[in-house]
Amino acid sequence: MNYVNSVQLADASNNFVYASMVILFLAIISFSVSFAAGRRRVSPIEVSSRRVLVESSGSQVHETEVELTQLDPGRRTANIGMSLTCLATGMLLVGVVLRGVWAGRVPWGNMYEFSISSALGILAVYLVWSTQRDLRWLGLFVTIPTLLTLGMAVTVLYTESAQLVPALKSYWLVIHVFAAIIGGGAFTVGAATAGLSLISGKGWFTQLPPREKLEGLTHKIIAFSFPIWTFAVVAGAIWAENAWGRYWGWDPKETWAFITWVIFAAYLHARSTAGWKHQKASVIAIVGWLAFLVNYFGVNIFINSLHSYAGV
Amino acid sequence: MSTALPPMSQRGFLRWLWRQLTSMKTALILLFLLAIVSIPGSYFPQRGTNPILVEQWIADYPTFGPIFDSIGLFDVFGSPWYSAVYILLFISLIGCVVPRLGVHWRAMRSQPPPAPKNLVRLGGDTFEVEGESDAVIQNAHAFLKKNHWRTVIGEDPDGSRWVSAEKGYLRETGNLVFHFSLILILVGIAIGGLFGWRGNVIVREGEGFSDTLTQYDAWGGGRLSSAENLPEFSFTLESFNVEFERDNSQAGAPRLFEAKMVVDRPGEEAATTHLVEVNEPLVIDSAKVFLVGHGYAPHLIVRDSKGQVVLDDAVVFLPQDGNFTSTGVVKVPDSDPQLGFRGLFLPTSAISEELGPHSIFPAPDDVSVFLGAWAGDLGLDGGVSQSVYTLNVDNMTQLGLESLRVGQTWQLPEGSGSIEFTGFERWASFQIASDPGKELALIASILAIIGLSLSLFIQRRRVWVKVGQVTEQGSTSGVKVEVAGIAKASGHDAIEQVDNIVETLKGRNVS
Repeated sequence: MNYVNSVQLADASNNFVYASMVILFLAIISFSVSFAAGRRRVSPIEVSSRRVLVESSGSQVHETEVELTQLDPGRRTANIGMSLTCLATGMLLVGVVLRGVWAGRVPWGNMYEFSISSALGILAVYLVWSTQRDLRWLGLFVTIPTLLTLGMAVTVLYTESAQLVPALKSYWLVIHVFAAIIGGGAFTVGAATAGLSLISGKGWFTQLPPREKLEGLTHKIIAFSFPIWTFAVVAGAIWAENAWGRYWGWDPKETWAFITWVIFAAYLHARSTAGWKHQKASVIAIVGWLAFLVNYFGVNIFINSLHSYAGV
Repeated sequence: MSTALPPMSQRGFLRWLWRQLTSMKTALILLFLLAIVSIPGSYFPQRGTNPILVEQWIADYPTFGPIFDSIGLFDVFGSPWYSAVYILLFISLIGCVVPRLGVHWRAMRSQPPPAPKNLVRLGGDTFEVEGESDAVIQNAHAFLKKNHWRTVIGEDPDGSRWVSAEKGYLRETGNLVFHFSLILILVGIAIGGLFGWRGNVIVREGEGFSDTLTQYDAWGGGRLSSAENLPEFSFTLESFNVEFERDNSQAGAPRLFEAKMVVDRPGEEAATTHLVEVNEPLVIDSAKVFLVGHGYAPHLIVRDSKGQVVLDDAVVFLPQDGNFTSTGVVKVPDSDPQLGFRGLFLPTSAISEELGPHSIFPAPDDVSVFLGAWAGDLGLDGGVSQSVYTLNVDNMTQLGLESLRVGQTWQLPEGSGSIEFTGFERWASFQIASDPGKELALIASILAIIGLSLSLFIQRRRVWVKVGQVTEQGSTSGVKVEVAGIAKASGHDAIEQVDNIVETLKGRNVS
């Protein structure tokens, strides 16, 4: 690849990442407006019953829509936020893919690339889950951490693309890191629902789904991500055996991956222990996510680890 | 809440203790403890992975260093308190899952429980279909069987017949497989710890190595491992290739390590050539040879006061930073007086006020050595073994300092001789390791992931179909059918399953 082409690819990748950040910011505004508007609205049950009344009264479709918007003022802005989130995800996907094309390998060879891929992972988990149930209310709480991740990536962690150090030249890089990205993305979404379950119904947060519902959703997403995280750890161990001559050596990254695993194992146990099912379990889920963050940022930046690679 | 006080009798107390230990709440607390006690292992340098940093830490903090050392903060994962937590956790685990084995075994062999009296109370569907009750029951039964439900047919005292079905036993099977796999992983780790071994060796280009204990620079094995049973092989490091990034912001980052090795094994006629890279170890029987590091060995020729060559060798220098500023020691016991040198090898030389002489790029672009010479007694005769990387200058006097480029010779002061820097070689360091427990640990890990997925994604559900009294409607006769179902786990239901059964029974015209 000649020099001009590679510079163009690099610029294009960065531009797509920036564009997705701008769109994500607009999505956050939309979700915030929706959230603020939703505060004044009547309870969801009332809305649905009134909606049934409107629909059964035989009025025209146009009128029904106006009625619904009045009843549920945050609805339209939430839909806008949702569309913007889809658009931002598409932009970010292009940015990540271009980065991979530029580097000629999977786009997670350093912390910058890992961060933009993780941001994509969070959005992907959220959007895929959204196809199965209405998660518009969650949008605000997923897009904010995603934008923060991207913000960190482009400011603190940015590195020029380069070839991999020999230790990373392995197909296990694809498998191990991909599993970590998806597992981490799902843990992030789970931390959002767990956090919301703690404040649902209080003060500003009366329009959120009820606490039990949020706890159930947290359980579902963590039950999804825990086996993936387990797989990521095992894949990492297989790779470590091949590269460093031992499958487990308590390197700080390994240690924190293990700590994260143990905390989420505790979460799953708490969910079937009397007296721990509810708030306590949600707190554990958040603590587990914090351990994941320590592993993700802390170990690379503050601790001398075998996983501290080029460009942070 | 364990408000119950322990009973007074000893047996009762032990039983109480066992129940406490195997309770879910104890497991939870032990899991938290395990997470917490792991944290210092990531913060403090650990003896197992970085013994030099540990010594440095203790030296830097003379007050806390020894205290932390004595409570095992530099060997967290081998400390008694860490072991206590995970051993308790595994006892708790065994105590929890072993009784469940029997329960699950019986559950898998027993029939689903009979249908409850009132299905409507369970939120079931009630409807009527044409046909006889027997045909409806057979229809429902066939449908459930086809969809892998475990079924039983029965009859209530009032004459209504039912099919009871249950599904999702794999959930508990998976759960048990997962927990037993964790025990297996621990066994795998233990086997590796007891029978495994690992050794390190530095080999210069052109030099050979044969797998016997004396050839290793360092070797350590488990309690039951034996240095006598090392696999028989030898190799020669034919060449070692390294490339570094030169272009962009990551200049100096390694891009390629590649050791070309000629391996000789008894029983094989010809020696074979292998390329060993970082992610591609060489496998020999139960052992693997990993490439773990590399560096430079400056070639030096030392002549004594009479001009006799007393040393002519490439001396291994150890890299101190990413740009391979390397340090090493040269000992010349055969000259009179004995000579010793402390040296710096710089692949790409630079000097600054802050750092002194140092290297600014890892590749040999502008090579030089900085040497400090001492004369006197090396202290080798006392019988105390010395590291080849340190020079004891207690009984020596310094002769001077000099920097040399390739081909230059330094005439030592006072006619003590000379030292010539003729060039350099590369060396590679290898870790040769055998871990007989790793296959078991891998298989157990795979089983654990499978079991975990089953236990999290499969739901245990029961459904019932009940056929009541005959209803007459004109010329056709039909029966009243009730279908209901439940899921065992909270947050789940059997609505979809019930709907499927209802559709099947309604959709097919039973005549």
